[in-house]
Amino acid sequence: MLESYIRDKQKQKDLLLMTHIVMGYPSFDDSHAMVKHMVAAGVDLMELQIPFSEPMADGPVILKANQKALEQGATVAKCLAFAKDMAAIYPIPFLFMTYANIPYRFGMAAFAKTTADIGLTGAIVPDLPMEEGAEYLQAMKKNQLSPIQMFSPGTSDARMAQIASIASGFIYCLARKGVTGAQTDLSDDLAQYLARCRKAASVPLAVGFGIKDRADMDFLAGRADIAVIGSETIRVMEKGGVAAVRDFIQGLSRSA
Amino acid sequence: MKHRGYYGGFGGAFLPEILIPTFDELVSVFESAKTDPGFRNQYETLMAQYSGRPTPLTFAANLTRHFDGAKIYIKREDLNHTGAHKANNVMGQGLLVKKMGKTRVIAETGAGQHGVACATMAAKFGFDCTIYMGEKDVMRQRPNVFWMEQLGATVVPVTDGTKILKDAINQAFRDWVTNMDTTHYVLGTACGPHPFPEMVAWFQSIIGIEARQQILDLEGRLPDRVYACVGGGSNALGLFAGFLDDPVELVGVEAGGKGIDTGFHAARLSSTDAGAGIAQGYKTYFLQDDDGQMKETHSISAGLDYVGVSPILAHMHETGTARFESATDAEVVDALKLTMRSEGIIPALESAHAFAGAFREAPTLSRDQIIIINQSGRGDKDIFTVADVLNDPEWKTFIQTKAAQYHA
Repeated sequence: MLESYIRDKQKQKDLLLMTHIVMGYPSFDDSHAMVKHMVAAGVDLMELQIPFSEPMADGPVILKANQKALEQGATVAKCLAFAKDMAAIYPIPFLFMTYANIPYRFGMAAFAKTTADIGLTGAIVPDLPMEEGAEYLQAMKKNQLSPIQMFSPGTSDARMAQIASIASGFIYCLARKGVTGAQTDLSDDLAQYLARCRKAASVPLAVGFGIKDRADMDFLAGRADIAVIGSETIRVMEKGGVAAVRDFIQGLSRSA
Repeated sequence: MKHRGYYGGFGGAFLPEILIPTFDELVSVFESAKTDPGFRNQYETLMAQYSGRPTPLTFAANLTRHFDGAKIYIKREDLNHTGAHKANNVMGQGLLVKKMGKTRVIAETGAGQHGVACATMAAKFGFDCTIYMGEKDVMRQRPNVFWMEQLGATVVPVTDGTKILKDAINQAFRDWVTNMDTTHYVLGTACGPHPFPEMVAWFQSIIGIEARQQILDLEGRLPDRVYACVGGGSNALGLFAGFLDDPVELVGVEAGGKGIDTGFHAARLSSTDAGAGIAQGYKTYFLQDDDGQMKETHSISAGLDYVGVSPILAHMHETGTARFESATDAEVVDALKLTMRSEGIIPALESAHAFAGAFREAPTLSRDQIIIINQSGRGDKDIFTVADVLNDPEWKTFIQTKAAQYHA
């Protein structure tokens, strides 16, 4: 169970760290090296993005990574094989991140079963809100997987309660409006919004979109359970190579 | 939000959580406008005074004689203000933006007609305006980019993906999730998440409602068939809306590009290359591979060069309510040349697909049968593309001279 893993980990750390990679970018070998370095540096959970040609909610950094991965021949089958290897080698929970058309074309039931069979713990599908996700939610539940739900700053209290009622594992709280990778203003507004999230949901809260340095982590500690770093690791890798990611993550990791 | 906006198995609202409140607001404003006769009146008055509606239904006597088959009528959406049916949609959405109290509009455009219409609407209503356009389409449709900028809009060339319409749509969504408090995304066609397909079709229905009355006035009877080109599908839905309850055959003509068998086309419903999928917030037929990645499309006309299609049309295709055909780039150029020479009318390359589809079938019909072709837009914007295809020597000389002047 993803939630019990998170609760357990929280005994050692006051804020867990989840990172994100686009599988096949810049290559599957590099993706593996990224996972290896991130795990060694103390990452607690990881999103493995299956690239999609139309990644609607992603900003320019991840958008480009999606396109490059596809240009270089990343397929769903290759991503599944890669994810299976990662889950077998490294002792942290891995989740798929992708867009609705990938599981839809694969078949929702088959996608959920495969996800469980290869040892992943859940999936994040940002363009599949609960109203459209009945088949997906059912298939994930059947396979004891967590279909990660989202809160945004504009989500009403009533809707938060509805979302919380189907949540499992954790809820991904978007720190602000917009796409991935842009600057987030860590402010009283964010603190109030996170307090609202906390009140609505009993599962752990992850916060992402624009989280990138130690100060962000310090702000989130005590207000959330998991910090999500996405675009920034890709930026670090593009600038300093795969090995630079390890130093970057080590600089962020916290203990309780 | 629950279970709205479905047409059979197509449509829906596959939205990131961040956009849900924005769409709830839009659905609510549209629902109240739709049921308010005062709003439809306000819209129709605006279209009459600003856009020149009703547009004429022109009898094409020479084309009719040429094919010696059905009587051919042309619905003249090219005579709308800004030269295309796009005005119907943007002015309607502009009225909704005012109701919502937003101050900025964004849009995507392929051929540029929607961009020009949107920039025009923004100028009239006093909104800030940003238009996203694939880099490839910016190259193809420079004259429209020029006019958008002169109308006060900022045109942003999109360099992601395949650099055409679908990429401009993605970019517009990215802008919207960041700026939704002040900004409305004026989607240009009857695609995207609910309520866009229904809303755009509702504004465009003015075409078919007029055309039906006009043909009854002119001929005392309904047409046998009506033809419209299909990119996203807004002009087709607009024309079809007038005849949904009538024994009239509805024919949509998609972009056959270099030929259906070549893979270089944008035929979603008239080929077997597309399959059901979910992208850009809705479920419809998309040209995609087995993994669900969208494929590149091709058409001589930027406005039809789109990977998806209105979920309403996808449903009409599945239920047999409408028939879908395709026309190749070559057939389209022939249809365009014939229409120009015989009627003195210059259809847009998009519209010329409807003409090509109709010309194929007109000779097989009898003289007492009637067809209507929707001329969705005028062809001036395509001057560079058409001159290229026709390899016109005088035009080339003109361009060279003009370029030399700029270098001087």
